[in-house]
Amino acid sequence: MPMSAQDIETFIKEALPDADVTIQDLRGDGDHYAAHVISKAFEGLSRVKQHQMVYAALKGRMGGELHALALQTSTPD
Amino acid sequence: MTNPTHERIQGLVDANDVVLFMKGTPMFPQCGFSATVVEIMNRTGAPFDAHDVLQDPELRQGIKEFSEWPTIPQLYVKGEFVGGCDILREMYSSGELSELLEEKGVVAA
Repeated sequence: MPMSAQDIETFIKEALPDADVTIQDLRGDGDHYAAHVISKAFEGLSRVKQHQMVYAALKGRMGGELHALALQTSTPD
Repeated sequence: MTNPTHERIQGLVDANDVVLFMKGTPMFPQCGFSATVVEIMNRTGAPFDAHDVLQDPELRQGIKEFSEWPTIPQLYVKGEFVGGCDILREMYSSGELSELLEEKGVVAA
């Protein structure tokens, strides 16, 4: 079953409570999303590590039931 | 490292300066994300070695564990994991990817 944008946001916020999460359903099909995640937790980490933290928050769903999530991460200004 | 697939992957990423794990081949990518990364790499002018994970189920699973990265494509430069499609797109737009390739001596500065 595909994940809703709300589910994705909930998982990310569980792992990164301070995160500001913006999710777009790119095709309106509940299967192709873009997410921008802003969190202090990313400070000083490489992009790979930042994305790994978000993937970890999704607990193995990325690449499985969550087919496509274009991810952008940043730290608050 | 005792996992034979991981040892094999280590050998692959050490064998060439730039190594891409993708779905399909650079001529015939089988996935939009893989196609995007091929396009980006072609624009940088860096030669790269590509491995089609669709032809190799062990590699397809193994590379995800090896990199701790859940999706394909994945790009390695000089044995180091650089990222997948999103990161490469961002790095290409910002100029960081060309900088990295020059720094590592993969393309002429």
